[in-house]
Amino acid sequence: MTTPFTVNGRDVTVDAQPDTPLLTVLREDLGLLGSRFGCGLGLCGACFVRLDGHVVPACDTPLWQAEGKDVVTVEGLSEPGHAHPVQQAILDRQAAQCGFCISGIVVNAATLLDEQPDADEEDVVAALDRNLCRCGVQRRIVDAVLAARSGAASS
Amino acid sequence: MTTTEPLRTVDVPPHVADNPRLGQWISFPDDLSPDAVGVRIGKVELGQGIVTALAQVAADALALPVAQVRMLNAHTGLGPDEGLTAGSLSMVQAGPALRYVGAVVRDLVARVADDHPGASFVDVARTLDPATDLATWEPRTDQPPVRRVVGTDLPRLDLPDKVLGRPRYLADLRPAGLRYGRALRPPSFGATLVDVDAAKVEGLQLVRDGSFVGVVAATEAEADAALVRLREATTWDERDLLPDEHDLTTFLKAGPHDDIPVLDEPDAPAPTHTATYTRPFLAHASIAPSCGLARWSDDGTTVHVWSHSQGIHNLRAAIATSLGLDAAAVTVEHVENAGCYGHNAADDAAFDAVLLARSVPGTAVQVRWSRRDELAWGPLASAMVADLSATLAGGRVTGWRHDVWSQGHSSRPGYGGGTPGLLAGQHRADPDPSPAAGDPPPDRGGGTTRNAVPIYDVGPRSIAGHRLSASPLRTSAMRALGAYLNVFAIECFMDELAEQAGTDPVDFRLAHLADERARAVIERARDGSGWGTPLPDETGRGIGFARYKDRGAWCAVVAEVTVDHEVRVRRLTIAVDVGLAVSPDGVRNQIEGGATQATSWTTRERVRFDRRRVTSDDWETYPILRFSEAPLVDVHVIDRPDQPSLGAGEAAQGPTAAAIANAVHAALGVRVRDLPLTADAVVRAIEQAE
Ligand code: FES
Ligand code: FES
Repeated sequence: MTTPFTVNGRDVTVDAQPDTPLLTVLREDLGLLGSRFGCGLGLCGACFVRLDGHVVPACDTPLWQAEGKDVVTVEGLSEPGHAHPVQQAILDRQAAQCGFCISGIVVNAATLLDEQPDADEEDVVAALDRNLCRCGVQRRIVDAVLAARSGAASS
Repeated sequence: MTTTEPLRTVDVPPHVADNPRLGQWISFPDDLSPDAVGVRIGKVELGQGIVTALAQVAADALALPVAQVRMLNAHTGLGPDEGLTAGSLSMVQAGPALRYVGAVVRDLVARVADDHPGASFVDVARTLDPATDLATWEPRTDQPPVRRVVGTDLPRLDLPDKVLGRPRYLADLRPAGLRYGRALRPPSFGATLVDVDAAKVEGLQLVRDGSFVGVVAATEAEADAALVRLREATTWDERDLLPDEHDLTTFLKAGPHDDIPVLDEPDAPAPTHTATYTRPFLAHASIAPSCGLARWSDDGTTVHVWSHSQGIHNLRAAIATSLGLDAAAVTVEHVENAGCYGHNAADDAAFDAVLLARSVPGTAVQVRWSRRDELAWGPLASAMVADLSATLAGGRVTGWRHDVWSQGHSSRPGYGGGTPGLLAGQHRADPDPSPAAGDPPPDRGGGTTRNAVPIYDVGPRSIAGHRLSASPLRTSAMRALGAYLNVFAIECFMDELAEQAGTDPVDFRLAHLADERARAVIERARDGSGWGTPLPDETGRGIGFARYKDRGAWCAVVAEVTVDHEVRVRRLTIAVDVGLAVSPDGVRNQIEGGATQATSWTTRERVRFDRRRVTSDDWETYPILRFSEAPLVDVHVIDRPDQPSLGAGEAAQGPTAAAIANAVHAALGVRVRDLPLTADAVVRAIEQAE
């Protein structure tokens, strides 16, 4: 059973069971390891990707749902070797500890800033409320996303 | 040449004495750039930034720019054994070792530099004999000590990979021929495997050893599907073993106990005030499930393990003991994973991988736990109860008693005199013993009684711990161990006494406190928090303070809390003294994270269980703090460049809990003494007070 879709602008066709989680396909079949497995239950956001522009948990999205659609992972947010403004702001502010939650947060925050370049603190907090961070870095991350606004708008 | 002075004015640091070969610390692997020095330490990165901080120490010790220092993975075969990465001791232990190693290297290089005209420091360092005995070398140097990057905010070396979504974690390793393993945990604690229906598992590559059972498959998708089939094929014998989750105080006080006498000073007057404080079982709740990777040699005699364990040498010994192997047959290499905050399932997952990989010698097998297993089967942090009493006379405390009941706080690999302590080992046909958890010894801060002795001048004290010597619930170390509850209890109790004495809680503490560094952090937190200024309705401020483990960092927290339908922590103002802050922003980050995590423990976390199993096994049943609930955290680091560096990762938890509860009292006028401070707990406390 093959499923065609695009990942980070590239056409791919994957041979896998249609109910295989998209996260497994990304990590195991396509070698895109940036989306992290945190819960496999759609509850933590570590695996967030964009599916036709919407932020979804890849662990809770069966492959068949991606058919013919456009998937963007953390690897596809910027040109290879470049940091997205959200990532750069996180690095500038050292807004991470173990970093395991960060990929999904970056995908979510970057999508928010695409849609709403002037998002304020309340918007950022509301969007990121779907992401868990156990290390307790939430406030630094919010500050970083706010700092990334101008950079994101110009990118 | 100026006068040279032997550097050995102090003893050889213990970690150098234990690991005296130069090559254990300094090496030059093939993939190292020609101008770099490889530094291998035994401490590991858990997300706390320690490897970067120690790279700073190493760079200054070697008098090299930090870009020329490459930190190498901890490895049982190649690197030093520095014990556990735990207890906020990494900088205390590894810092002096690296300074010493660096001094010897600089000295050795200086001595032979003339034989290598035109060669760089690194070129000469490459010629040194890795077998050089550091402990007997009398290092001498005429070069002044260097302080270039210590004390500055160097960006974390590991973060670019993690933030840019590159492979970096253990689950991202893809050795050639990798296979995927899954262990099927029993349906409940103490359950034994009765039968596996052969027809239902036909075609699966099964590994069974007693009640340990698992599968190995070529892909992750196949492994997950195989696990589902295996679960349906198994029959188990289950029993009711767990206590009543609604009456943990009775369970903890029932015993049997090992008593831990701490202090029993004579002539305490009769107490005038008593109170009881409790906390529930808590989960480490790492954001990543634990992971292990193992590959046996083709002949099945040796095994290489990749693990995110906090103690790779202990893990290696535990694996060898459980399997009856020589320790030399086991190699463990550290690879990073998400934060663990103590002894989580990292070691257990590694052992699962070892057991499953044994069925396919020569092939690497990765085991990743499920979220549900991580929350239900990882070691828990123990529930605790503390009874406090004190005498108040003329506005001063003149006697103090503290009794605390708990399960042990350590069942790490090797505990209890060499017990492997690996989950699967308890389920094998020839099971490992599994005694109740113990505690670190008193000279390492203890566990149940950690921070049970008040720092205040309170007259004669009687302090004792009572640790359960048997329990069906597996507990082990989580950040701050018993200090979280003991500090919560002491600091809430001080607030209650201040209220009885009619004194401001900050003034009351200062009046009982001689330690200057303690006073300084309390005053700084007070001044930074707007203490005493008016607040909106239903909002209060509270303070909490402790010196972690009585010998670690000093930390004071002022919490500002609003109580409407629930407890909302709006802001935390924190002052901390960690001596020399090697990386001041790293200290702030650790304190912010520790305090935010403690806010989560304090306001919502509680492991739930029925009589057989943990039922809080996902993020809905074990909710943790979300972005919308995270407080603003304002950290003031009191830098003391002339004082030894102390760890920051565990300083804030107890003070934060107490500050929040004291703020709830300031807001509502009610004392909530049972954690977590949920709406239910607040309502219960109000009812009890009426
Ligand atoms: S891993 Fe997908 S939401 Fe947690
Ligand atoms: S940085 Fe560790 S979970 Fe967010």
